Amino acid sequence: MQELINRIKELLADKTVERVLGWKAGDLSYNPEPAYFKTEDELENFVYDGFCGANLSKYMIEAAKLEGKTLVCLKPCDTYSFNQLIKEHRVDREKTYIIGVGCKGKLDIEKIKAQGIRGITSVSGAEIDGDAETLEFETVYGKKSCSYNDVMLERCYVCKGKEHVVYDEIIGESKDTSEGADRFSEVSRIENMSPEEKFAFFQKELSKCIRCNACRNVCPACSCRKCVFDSNKFDSAQKANTDSFEEKMFHIIRAFHVAGRCTDCGECSRVCPQGIPLHLFNRKFIKDINEFYGEYQAGEDTESRAPLTNFTFDDCEPGIVGERG
Amino acid sequence: MPINGNEEFRPKIVAFCCNWCSYAGADLAGSSRLAYPADVKIIRVPCSCRVNPMFILRAFEKGADGVIMCGCHPGDCHYSTGNYYARRRMTLLFSMLDYIGVEQGRTRVEWVSAAEGVKFSATMNEFVEKIRSLGKNVRLEDLRCRN
Amino acid sequence: MFKTAKENLPALFRLIAENQELYLPVNTAGQVNFAAWTEDAEVALDVLKTVKSPKDAFFPQSENLYKCTKDGKSISIEPEALKDQNFVVFGMKACDLRGVEVLDRVFLSDPVDTFYKARRDHGTIVAMACHEPSESCFCKAFGVDCAEPAGDVSVWLTEDSLYWNPVTEKGQALTDAVSSLLENTDDCAVEAEKASIRNIVDKLPYSGLSLEGWNGDVLMEKFDSPLWEELYKPCLACGTCTFVCPTCQCYDIKDYDTGHGVQRYRCWDSCMYSDFTMMAHGNNRTSQMQRFRQRFMHKLVYFPANNDGMYSCVGCGRCVDKCPSSLNIVKVIKSFQKQEGEKA
Repeated sequence: MQELINRIKELLADKTVERVLGWKAGDLSYNPEPAYFKTEDELENFVYDGFCGANLSKYMIEAAKLEGKTLVCLKPCDTYSFNQLIKEHRVDREKTYIIGVGCKGKLDIEKIKAQGIRGITSVSGAEIDGDAETLEFETVYGKKSCSYNDVMLERCYVCKGKEHVVYDEIIGESKDTSEGADRFSEVSRIENMSPEEKFAFFQKELSKCIRCNACRNVCPACSCRKCVFDSNKFDSAQKANTDSFEEKMFHIIRAFHVAGRCTDCGECSRVCPQGIPLHLFNRKFIKDINEFYGEYQAGEDTESRAPLTNFTFDDCEPGIVGERG
Repeated sequence: MPINGNEEFRPKIVAFCCNWCSYAGADLAGSSRLAYPADVKIIRVPCSCRVNPMFILRAFEKGADGVIMCGCHPGDCHYSTGNYYARRRMTLLFSMLDYIGVEQGRTRVEWVSAAEGVKFSATMNEFVEKIRSLGKNVRLEDLRCRN
Repeated sequence: MFKTAKENLPALFRLIAENQELYLPVNTAGQVNFAAWTEDAEVALDVLKTVKSPKDAFFPQSENLYKCTKDGKSISIEPEALKDQNFVVFGMKACDLRGVEVLDRVFLSDPVDTFYKARRDHGTIVAMACHEPSESCFCKAFGVDCAEPAGDVSVWLTEDSLYWNPVTEKGQALTDAVSSLLENTDDCAVEAEKASIRNIVDKLPYSGLSLEGWNGDVLMEKFDSPLWEELYKPCLACGTCTFVCPTCQCYDIKDYDTGHGVQRYRCWDSCMYSDFTMMAHGNNRTSQMQRFRQRFMHKLVYFPANNDGMYSCVGCGRCVDKCPSSLNIVKVIKSFQKQEGEKA
């Protein structure tokens, strides 16, 4: 991390960049927040560790409107989101200086707590430097520990790999944490259920939704200036899931609006306060797109046409859904 | 609509028809005295590509039991390519509906030209039959809209 | 003081639920929230914090107010019935209870909110002490004692037993109703549990949080602080903090077109949303900074100014746990403290 901070200081000092978008240490040992840094002094609070899961790409939409260049720290998977935003002309590449930061998997504090680790006062093993495989916790209930690999964010188990797809320079080593896992296995499992089971599964998951819109607001692909669900001229601005239909409507449309543009960055599932596996909606669309229209990874490049703004004369007919069984 | 032993289930069907082909096809079916059930309510849209996935969901919300979208045959779109985009969009939407457990067959896409009055009427008859066999839509309706 | 063995809990719930609705922490698809008890509900009484606070029991996320139905040329209006059945909320924590006190100030002061009042009148609260408080708790800073919650009945859940102490008349009535499962006991075990809880609370990282400088008199000073401009930056403008909060009480009233009439309902609103308090002339808070500021100013300045110094934050720490950007009221309080310290 020191190498990263030193380099950032250099870039700030020689005025290559006006400001830095990174993470600021939190007041607990595991809650860093996205933050801007403008001076060397402010960088004292800069942190980059296993708890820096937030994808900073979306903040660049606003940052691109500011005077001067912004330096942003992006993890390998975040760069896909950034590339997608370049494609959609939502960010300004010219005004961005990207440091690709290394990543060895990000941690999910909910999973740590689910292991019975409560009352945490300090954590070690989450640092980005070093190869600790175990997280050690000091808690008010005594010392606890757990394996790093057991408490990563869902997206890290289906890691897109250690390559940054867009960057100005790379600092730090990355690791592919997927170990060859199939990211569609959960989607396939649901596809194989009976309609009744599918319905019951999603009904139960979605009944938890509190319509906080965190999934939408954090999503780098959800960048409409006014969301259809916020328009007061529109019946869907319901604010609450007054009927269970609203839950389904919101989540289908949310996922549909980013279909073909979703890079599968997993932020929606990371931020959901109710732990709804929202990636299952996005991944279903990705899986279908791959099967029907050929392999496609959003954010891999900045030129290709997205699947839903494209077609071929011999695309399959919608009836294929029934024929597939 | 009360459902009791004496009364047959009459499904509510919404049909989105593009202005240039399918709506004209429906017109032809009418002027040719070809019968199709009055349960089908047609909504005319400028092009099948106008149909937003939200339209389909909203129809179900308000109590439709089946939704069908009709447009020009691929290659014949009045706007050249609208129906190609619509085709991809509906394929993904239908797949998603299947994924969350909505019965297959409640949604359908059919390409009907202005000359295909017979096809229009046959399609609608068939679709109404299918929905009748599936019964009332309960998985995607908003209970507040029940009569 | 009464007690019952932990294995009697299902029987206890069944007994309570015989005559009235029972709401308690239930695990649904991996998350624990207050929900109605059923035979096959997965009760999770040992979970410290439910995701949503139990304020739903008295002030649900959405509730109908009335229904208009159009029939030909006539319109009929049917107001929603008020709650007229007794119910029990089991397992509210001390912070949640303080949350209800805050809501009482809002909804029971003139003009009284009849929907809320009906629920308060019919609800019996069984309050539970926090067996294992966590690092995100800071109820102590707001003068809440999580070792001794009041409610209508106070209960303590230890490794093997549930200790039961009726506090109010309603609580006594509930105690009589379940007396077949309770046995008399002394205070020793409960006193030990209280001491152990308080001991833990003192060690928690947020327990020393000071509210100095936050009261109803610092309105302009805090309002005009340049710090807000820095603090709000990571805010995503989602409503998580407000929807998990036990005291956030803002709501919106909306109409739903049913096709044959209108259903008027109210639902929680969030000051984080762009259309919050939108009026015909537009919106009086036009930036996210202003909306962000509103939340904290309301909890720590506006509310105490109008309610004898009572803060409308209770220190439950749900926002600390759930904010997607790891922002929270503690960070806000600390930032101001740091800045004021530097100034001095």
